[in-house]
Amino acid sequence: MSIVTVQLGQCGNQIGFEVFDTLFSDSHSSQGLCSKRENEAYRASCKERFFSEEENGVPIARAVLVDMEPKVINQTLSKAARSGRWKYGQHAYFCQKQGSGNNWAYGYSVHGPKHKESILDLIQKEVEKCDSLSGFFIIMSMAGGTGSGIGAFVTQNLQDQYSNSLKMNQIIWPYRTGEVIVQNYNSILTLSHLYRSSDALLVHENDAVHKICAKLMKIRQISFSDMNQVLAHQLGSVFQPTYSAEGSPHYRRNPLGLALVSSPSCFLSTFLLWSMSIETIFLFFFTGDLMENLVPHPEFKMLSVRNIPQMSENSLAYSTFTWAGLLKHLRQMLISHAKMEEGIDWQVRPPLSGLPPLGKMPFNKELHFNTSIANLVILRGKDVQSADLDGFKDPALYTSWLKPVDAFNVWKTQRAFSKYEKSATLVSNSQFLVKPLDMIVGKAWNMFASKAYIHQYTKFGIEEEDFLDSFTLLEQVVASYCNL
Amino acid sequence: MTQSVVVQVGQCGNQIGCCFWDLALREHAAVNQKGIYDEAISSFFRNVDTRVAGDGGSISRGKICSLKARAVLIDMEEGVVNEILQGPLRDVFDSKQLITDISGSGNNWAVGHKVFGRLYQEQILEKLRKSAEHCDCLQCFFVIHSMGGGTGSGLGTFLLKVLEDEFPEVYRFVTSVYPSSEDDVITSPYNSILAMKELNEHADCVLPIDNQSLFDIISKIDLVVNSRKLDTTVKPKSLVTSSVGALKKQHKKPFDAMNNIVANLLLNLTSSARFEGSLNMDLNEISMNLVPFPQLHYLVSSLTPLYTLADVNIPPRRLDQMFSDAFSKDYQLIRADPKHNLYLACALMVRGNVQISDLRRNIERLKPSLKFVSWNQEGWKTSLCSVPPVGHSHSLLALANNTCVKPTFMELKGRFMRLYKKKAHLHHYLQVEGMEESCFTEAVSSLSALIQEYNQLEATESVPVPDLPRLSVA
Repeated sequence: MSIVTVQLGQCGNQIGFEVFDTLFSDSHSSQGLCSKRENEAYRASCKERFFSEEENGVPIARAVLVDMEPKVINQTLSKAARSGRWKYGQHAYFCQKQGSGNNWAYGYSVHGPKHKESILDLIQKEVEKCDSLSGFFIIMSMAGGTGSGIGAFVTQNLQDQYSNSLKMNQIIWPYRTGEVIVQNYNSILTLSHLYRSSDALLVHENDAVHKICAKLMKIRQISFSDMNQVLAHQLGSVFQPTYSAEGSPHYRRNPLGLALVSSPSCFLSTFLLWSMSIETIFLFFFTGDLMENLVPHPEFKMLSVRNIPQMSENSLAYSTFTWAGLLKHLRQMLISHAKMEEGIDWQVRPPLSGLPPLGKMPFNKELHFNTSIANLVILRGKDVQSADLDGFKDPALYTSWLKPVDAFNVWKTQRAFSKYEKSATLVSNSQFLVKPLDMIVGKAWNMFASKAYIHQYTKFGIEEEDFLDSFTLLEQVVASYCNL
Repeated sequence: MTQSVVVQVGQCGNQIGCCFWDLALREHAAVNQKGIYDEAISSFFRNVDTRVAGDGGSISRGKICSLKARAVLIDMEEGVVNEILQGPLRDVFDSKQLITDISGSGNNWAVGHKVFGRLYQEQILEKLRKSAEHCDCLQCFFVIHSMGGGTGSGLGTFLLKVLEDEFPEVYRFVTSVYPSSEDDVITSPYNSILAMKELNEHADCVLPIDNQSLFDIISKIDLVVNSRKLDTTVKPKSLVTSSVGALKKQHKKPFDAMNNIVANLLLNLTSSARFEGSLNMDLNEISMNLVPFPQLHYLVSSLTPLYTLADVNIPPRRLDQMFSDAFSKDYQLIRADPKHNLYLACALMVRGNVQISDLRRNIERLKPSLKFVSWNQEGWKTSLCSVPPVGHSHSLLALANNTCVKPTFMELKGRFMRLYKKKAHLHHYLQVEGMEESCFTEAVSSLSALIQEYNQLEATESVPVPDLPRLSVA
């Protein structure tokens, strides 16, 4: 099973490069701490997913690069070529001369339709190179114009053309302040459109990644390249091969399978769906693949990633880890809204199980306990079979309408990831993103009330009603997550 | 990559333009040591094989043969343009891209706008079209002119309308030099107000510059340099006196140094569009982020470091000083105090060895001391360009959409009204064909409306607008 990556805009292209570089380095590292045979299987599986091979043997990333101006693409292509280890396809990029100018409307309504054929052709060529396609991974930021606007446009078109393939969007959530002034407008337009066409939104917040660079990696002068490496590390730890079930002899074939395509159904039908056997549903949608259930309902599509340990190489040399310690921290990060290992609030406890919470969470109340819809834990490294995951199976962690057995999954491999002897990654569909989303919607709404900057969008055909539609949809998402 | 065309109008516009081309050449020479014509150079220069007669000599790649500025030079006198054509930059300008006359506009906006406008409209259009044809993807016209005289003010703003009609998709960024209150052109308030109406209506962004502020900045530098106390810390390579490989080693006239500041403004404004960086900012992002309402497109700019020593290691304290300075009124290119007025939006364009963490630290540090309008509390736009200015390790251009421009406009209006009440010199204007009294009344009400918009924004500071309740969902 292969994944076709589409990297859009300056942010998407810079991160895309780091992701492929991380995947390649890790799969070719000799530090896997496992048998030679195991290592070879791991490498082969990684390669099948993310790289194709040309005659001369240099792996080619299964990626399409899209930007509306040439500088970043030129830089990205040559960086990959200079690495000498892997490269991008010779004709797998599309760029124009003039960027989208931080204007979502320009990207979505002008650039998108104008270049639809060319971009979709490139993607189709990449798809044709795959023996079997598991889905699309679309990397974009939501603050600017190209990644956000064209990203939303392309995702929508992929949904039309490849409705049976999974589409997961990697969204870079902008800093709370200081990147792009119209970022909140661009963000609500992006999120609302992706909510209609994507299967899952994997979100990374710049503020959180920045903090990880400062606190955990101990970098003093943090560059975008530092941030992108942290991000690529997190994504690598999700996407590198793992075994699907205990004792299974084969590496999972479809890592994107962590997002389930659910039918656009209401809660009621979801309950009916879940009352059926989960395996039956997966077999129905994706023959032969065990699918995880991180997105059991179309109202809940936002996934966050947490990982542990993450530290500078210097500190790593002096650290040892136990599975019990790592998982205890990871669980507390989950329930207490922590974005990283440092500064976890250990006071937060799950509500007593069995007792229903007293009424619904008030709308603007500080969220203390983070309720989950579904979680996936990925463990990599030594003695992985000994790890005890009971802490994640507590029903109190989850919304009342899902049983832990359906809401929690684990992937494992003995093959260590990167330089970490043991490491654990959590992909969580929970209330993690309610606050940031609520903030973005609130700020965009305030600006919208003053009508500031609206003329820049109507110029390219995005009208006030389109904004209102986006606000309505996202207020619904916020309310749904709040009411878990 | 996109291209831009510089249209320099009048004496002031051409002098600044001349400085700009000098600095632009030096900047690209410093970055591009191999002499290959690359995309960065192509944004402001054509590569031409001069041996080919006619217009067919454009070379799109390979070695630099002969660089021609993407410029149109317009003056209704010959003096300044002739000086340029006899000076060291003569080969950079294509003789086909000049428009001159001998009679001058006599410091009369009406002569520049109405008489020469009509007379030269076709010629101007032809040169503009020609310059546009030479571009692969024309993104922006940079118009440089002054507000107080006749040609720059009158013909310069006439041209804006022509650009708007002929190239509606191409941005119009205008660098406007405003007269100081001791200006020796007696009719400068008339000319400025008449020009303001055109700027209000036909520009995408205006970068107001004030001669007095430039002069103050130069005087301060001279003071520091001459006092010798700080001999060791004052750079010989500031942006202002920017010496490295300069054509003019010594600045006899203060105007040279002053024009240099403006030229640097344009270089830094376009650097992130021309060169690589980890956070690019294209020219079309400027108006998208900084112009919340079409009329409010006046951006106050400040450049740092102007007179601090820049050394390669950038101790953080000194780097942070650069950010603090950008908000001080001493560094603004018009007399304005953004720190004590209301921000609608602010852009920080950084060049050189500065990373995102430096930017964020400084935004967090400075934010509490700045007032932003209620609906844009986090109105920051940032860019990081990896190529520093020649002779520096880093630099910062701050662009502020801030109500602090209002006093400049009010003062101008006051000076206009004093003349206009007495009808002084009015007949010089009214005798020009096409000029009516209504031109004056319309211009002054256009300015009043602009001032009123700023007033309304300031009023929201004392009486905050209540937040509109969020949409509720069932």
